[in-house]
Amino acid sequence: MLRVLLLTISVLAVAHAELCKPDAQNAFKVRLSIKTALGDNAYAWDANEEYLFKAMVAFAMRRYSSKSTTQISNVLLCNMTGRVSFWFVVTDSSKNVTTVPGSEVEAAIRMNRNRINSAFLLNDKTLQFLQITSTLSPPVEPSTPVWLIIFGVVLCLIVAGIVFLIVGGIRKHKKKNKEPAERENLEEKGEVNVTVENGIPCEVLDLKAGHINGVFAADDERFTPL
Amino acid sequence: EEDGRPKWDNKFQYILSCVGFAVGLGNVWRFPYLCQIHGGGAFLIPYFIALLFEGIPLLHLELALGQYVRKGSIGAWNTVSPYLGGVGAGTWMASVLVSLYYNTVLTWVMWYFINSFQEPLPWSVCPLNENRTGLNEECYESTAVNYFWYRKTLNITPDVTESGTLQWWLILCLAACWAIVYLCTIRGIETTGKAIYVTALFPYLVLTIFLIHGLSLPGATDGLTYLFTPNLNALKNPRIWLDAATQIFFSLSLAVGGLIAFSSYNPPKNDCEKDAVTVAIVNSLTSLYASIPVFSVLGFKATTGYWDCLDRNILNIINEFDLPEESIMRQNYTAWISFLNSSYPEKIAGVKLKTCDLQEFLDQSVSGTGLAFIIFTQAITLMPGSQAWAILFFTMLFCLGLSSMFGNIEGVFTPLLELQVFKSTPKELLSGIICLISFLIALCFTLASGSYWIDIFDSYAGSLPLLVIAFFEVIGVAYVYKIKRFSKDVKQMTGRKPNLYWQMTWKFISPLLLLIVFVAFVTLQTHKPPSYAAWNPKYEGFPMKEEKVYPPWVVSICVLLAALPCVFIPLGALFHLIK
Repeated sequence: MLRVLLLTISVLAVAHAELCKPDAQNAFKVRLSIKTALGDNAYAWDANEEYLFKAMVAFAMRRYSSKSTTQISNVLLCNMTGRVSFWFVVTDSSKNVTTVPGSEVEAAIRMNRNRINSAFLLNDKTLQFLQITSTLSPPVEPSTPVWLIIFGVVLCLIVAGIVFLIVGGIRKHKKKNKEPAERENLEEKGEVNVTVENGIPCEVLDLKAGHINGVFAADDERFTPL
Repeated sequence: EEDGRPKWDNKFQYILSCVGFAVGLGNVWRFPYLCQIHGGGAFLIPYFIALLFEGIPLLHLELALGQYVRKGSIGAWNTVSPYLGGVGAGTWMASVLVSLYYNTVLTWVMWYFINSFQEPLPWSVCPLNENRTGLNEECYESTAVNYFWYRKTLNITPDVTESGTLQWWLILCLAACWAIVYLCTIRGIETTGKAIYVTALFPYLVLTIFLIHGLSLPGATDGLTYLFTPNLNALKNPRIWLDAATQIFFSLSLAVGGLIAFSSYNPPKNDCEKDAVTVAIVNSLTSLYASIPVFSVLGFKATTGYWDCLDRNILNIINEFDLPEESIMRQNYTAWISFLNSSYPEKIAGVKLKTCDLQEFLDQSVSGTGLAFIIFTQAITLMPGSQAWAILFFTMLFCLGLSSMFGNIEGVFTPLLELQVFKSTPKELLSGIICLISFLIALCFTLASGSYWIDIFDSYAGSLPLLVIAFFEVIGVAYVYKIKRFSKDVKQMTGRKPNLYWQMTWKFISPLLLLIVFVAFVTLQTHKPPSYAAWNPKYEGFPMKEEKVYPPWVVSICVLLAALPCVFIPLGALFHLIK
């Protein structure tokens, strides 16, 4: 009895070794970069993590093929290195000592990549399945490009400034045109409101500005005696 | 003022306008580059010699002339001598040509500015290709910053003869830039005088912020030591003297008539000698001040590039040998490499390792648009809070360029205002017409091949004619108007006769220097057929640029651009002779 048991175990071991080895058929290499992803919060890769990995792969296979025949024991890991990298195969429990075709495994992993990544707190770059390329996510494009919005704001400010300055200029120009026109009107009417300062009409001072000093032309009486 | 001429609100506004005109994009992206390629600190020696014997005398000449005659460039030179009216027309033409292409550079700055409000910055990531299996090929082969500049901004064609189509996003930005220029120059110095307080002072603020931040970045000291370590052997190369002379000349924005226009609005009794020395020294000090943050950031970028190179090599090695993570760090990289080389030579050779050399990264020197839009933008993506740094950087570049544009536009605007035909047009209308016509002509720079044309304008219209004009300016004042008369005019304004230094430089040293620079410049340009570097994704050496030669019709345009302002000088003399 014991001999039979030992024989089956050794056969299985040999079979497993045959199935899972580097570059075997339907085998995939996995590489994890835990320290790069998590820094100080990095966990150590041990047998428990390996168990979780086998469980995730079995989960992916079950979900993909929707037949609940894949067991955790069907997933074989081998060639564990300190990098953390290893090879794995998925055996078919119905057909003895064969592996599930690589295309099926690849499709299953692709479909559940996000779930597998999250289980290990990693992403596509830090949990690499070397033969399985990840589909790149499309860039998030807002409906109106952001730069167009900013450009609109800038342009509105500029146009507002230009309009303000032009209107200001036109108003100043109109005021300048109105003033001499008003002065002409008053002179025609002859009703000039003569402003008198110190007994001398201001008009006199204006006309003779710079030539004759109207103040000095006045009487000496104007000056307060010392 | 009795003659109704507009004037500056105060002296500070005038000095600030001159400083803003002189301090432009070249102070940030050409001076540090020249320092780097010409032996670091050693470049300062020919630079200050050129400043002393060429820059300051010419600057004083232009400021004194404008202030005394109180007219724009055309009127001023007509007053100096009717035979020299052509010099004024030449400076006016040069002003027009420079304004056209200078504002297009500002268009690019504005485009980057409005793109800086996104997360992530659009020049930091490569877009995906059509079937989303990988990154865009052109972007992947070069870098994301190169792709954004050459493809998303310029949409450049592989050849100057292929014009391509007008790029609508650049047209929008060009319209906005000319609208801003119109807004600021709408009433001449009345409005630019207010705007200059912001556009001339803000760059200093940003440079200081970048200085403080730049010095705190890793690798900043490497960049700075690399920049300033003097290599006195470089002084033996005549190229360094030529570059110093041309840099001083173009940096002070001489011979475009803008300075004459600015000083013509001064009161007659103003010390133009002190002004000239002040403006020149502030301009040079700004160049030096700007090169510190620029080189801190470049040192940071080189260090980051070096670390990335090392990290990529390390990752390849630990993947190949299945070593645990963090077993090889940057510090023990060389030790590990020698160990692995001796133990597993074939396996190491299988891992395609790149040689990482910090000096090589530091040696990558770029000037001009490459520095601002490729190198600096990449460095900004590496800094935390890159949006803020990008916005600050591009606002600073925009202000630097805008204050120089004010001077260029004044050089066009002021002489036109004095012509009889435009005496009655309101200023707002005239400036609007100038800006509109310039915008329409500058549309040709928004073609796909536009950046090649900007290079052509910069090399031929914005360089050679100015040397010729400046030469005739000095000769005209020194020998036609006569130095004695000019010294008397200056004495009338400043209260003291120009001393021996000014007399010597105006009469002999500056004209001689200009002649030598002109001859050297022409020799350098013509001793081999003019060529340009084209961005061609189909070139086998891509992402290196392809060296192409200009076709004959382009060469004739180059010659036309260089000759157009110069031809006014003899034409003006002939015209007066015939009259």
